[in-house]
Amino acid sequence: MRFLFKTDYDQDIRLAKHSGYYWSYGILLVVVFGAPFLLEGYYIGQMTQLYIMAIAGVGLMLLAGYTGLVSLGHAAFFGIGAYTEAVLTGNGVPLPFLDEPVVFSFFLSIPLAAVFAAIAGVVIGVPVLRLTGIYLAIATFAFAIVIEEVLSRWESVTNGYSGLIVEPLYLGDVELSDGSAFYFLCLGVLLVVILMSLNLLRSPTGRAMMAIRDSEISAQSMGVNLARTKTTAFALSAGITGLAGALFAHKLGFLSPESFTVLQSIELLILVVVGGIGSIHGAIFGAIFVLALPQGLAILKDYLPVEIAETPGMEPFIFGLILVLVIIFEPYGIYGRWLKVKHYFQMFPVYKKATFKRQKAYMKSERLK
Amino acid sequence: MREATLFEFLQLVIGGVSIGCIYALVALGFVLIYKATEVVNFAQGELMMLGAFLAYTFISILGWNYWVGAGAAIVCMFFAGNLIDRIFLRPVLGQPQFSIVMVTIGFGYMARSAAGMVPGWGTETHAISTPFSSEGMQLLPETMGSLVISQTDLSVIVATIIFCAALYAFFTHTRLGVAMQASSQNQLASYYMGIPVKSVFSMIWGISAAVAAAAGILLAPTTLIDTSMGFIGLKAFPAAVLGGFGSIPGAVVGGLIIGIIETLAGFYLPPGFKNVAAYVVLLIVLVVRPQGLFGQKTGKRV
Repeated sequence: MRFLFKTDYDQDIRLAKHSGYYWSYGILLVVVFGAPFLLEGYYIGQMTQLYIMAIAGVGLMLLAGYTGLVSLGHAAFFGIGAYTEAVLTGNGVPLPFLDEPVVFSFFLSIPLAAVFAAIAGVVIGVPVLRLTGIYLAIATFAFAIVIEEVLSRWESVTNGYSGLIVEPLYLGDVELSDGSAFYFLCLGVLLVVILMSLNLLRSPTGRAMMAIRDSEISAQSMGVNLARTKTTAFALSAGITGLAGALFAHKLGFLSPESFTVLQSIELLILVVVGGIGSIHGAIFGAIFVLALPQGLAILKDYLPVEIAETPGMEPFIFGLILVLVIIFEPYGIYGRWLKVKHYFQMFPVYKKATFKRQKAYMKSERLK
Repeated sequence: MREATLFEFLQLVIGGVSIGCIYALVALGFVLIYKATEVVNFAQGELMMLGAFLAYTFISILGWNYWVGAGAAIVCMFFAGNLIDRIFLRPVLGQPQFSIVMVTIGFGYMARSAAGMVPGWGTETHAISTPFSSEGMQLLPETMGSLVISQTDLSVIVATIIFCAALYAFFTHTRLGVAMQASSQNQLASYYMGIPVKSVFSMIWGISAAVAAAAGILLAPTTLIDTSMGFIGLKAFPAAVLGGFGSIPGAVVGGLIIGIIETLAGFYLPPGFKNVAAYVVLLIVLVVRPQGLFGQKTGKRV
């Protein structure tokens, strides 16, 4: 058991709370940077996919986990990011004051994809500022459906259901959108996004976001500007998700509106919930879960009797089952379980189960009469 | 010529009303659960799908009479709804609303794939033979023009009216209905007043599942039965929100408005608008009047 004596504020907000952080995260960094030199191409691809999902997860976590605004429409921002990237790096965009259509380099196009998604986030975020809880979820859901329809109908830009081919990225002669190079690109973006989010969360804006999550009225009476903070959260969340979308476009190499449906939004939400709502770790764990589950089931299929293994729809069933079980038994997801395990060993042998006991709660209506 | 377009318009409205009634029935299910437990049930469409599949089993596979089969399906779904509440929702009672919503989403996933695994149901589409013909009946004398409504559409409209009236009476005039309203407003206080909150919640899930089953059976001739028919539940969201989530008449009016707008948009506007019309209306309503047409004003006490 380690006791931390905090003597000044800087120590309180330090990202690495004690020397153990340098060791554990240092080893993790060495592992993820060394991985592409040891793994086969397939696994590098899977890891890349993992990082992309994790970026999107961090984006949604900022909104759902830290600001308490649940969005059922994050696939829309994901899609906007992906399509922006594909169009900007594609055959060239005619700009009003230039003769030649411009093909953007990815140094410009990826940030622009994030910016466009963030603008979309503000567009949906501002009108729904008054909404909370389930109404907000439904509003974002409606927005996502409208965006999905736009993606499939605006054929001059998105090429509709026939799909849009994404051009590979080059930096000099090296292809950036494949293999190890793309792995490092995604890893780099993920690290930047995580550090940025952690930094944000210890800043006044981040504190304000968490205050809003815990009680909107209390936050307001403490002087938090609700509208501004919520809009910032929406913009950041959408921007980060759009960034993930831009990388995802290169990962897929081929975009069609079917990749950005409501089910994708729900999957992102499941990622956040199963991983552990209200923690950046949770986004990473959730991404691992969402990607590893189909893989695990595929492996499991070889050991099951043919009648069960060949049943269609087994995967969504288990997906749903795990979601339900997680919420019933472990509301803080994989990260919550991890904290308990860690606490058990730290406190050994005097671990008390009651430390994490949930308080009995009675729901009070938010309706006034 | 002007008359022809007028009749065309009326004909579209009739079609819109009949599809709107289906939305209204599904939205009724949302509203019932929301009214009592303040949970939005994202698996409402799946309950509808299960009800339709049960009716298909009774009527087409076992060969029962249509009315008996439909009734049996509705009763079965009542108990199924009860059971779902016991198994999935009671453990998370009192947790944040969002957690409970995620449970219903998870249940929706499970129900969809489970229905695909049941032998005889599978992933194909099925049909139920109904006593209602889909041929149109003339509403007006020949000389005035052509305005038709099919028996199928009429059955949907009549059933919606019956269900709404019954449920409205139930909520305002029976002890159980009032108890349900009370437990929705304050779980703890109604517990003190001697209301068995938990069994009230199970009951409301049962009723909601039964209404969903009825919607599924009525919808079966129009869309046929398959595992993905539950997605129509997503269309019922705008209906429920439009009417104000906690209002039974609101759900019906909302359903009708959405149904009519969708049908008209499909006819008069370019393709693509039909799918999003409902959601555009939803967004506008949420921005302009978040509590819906008939909803209560919401606020939060600290």
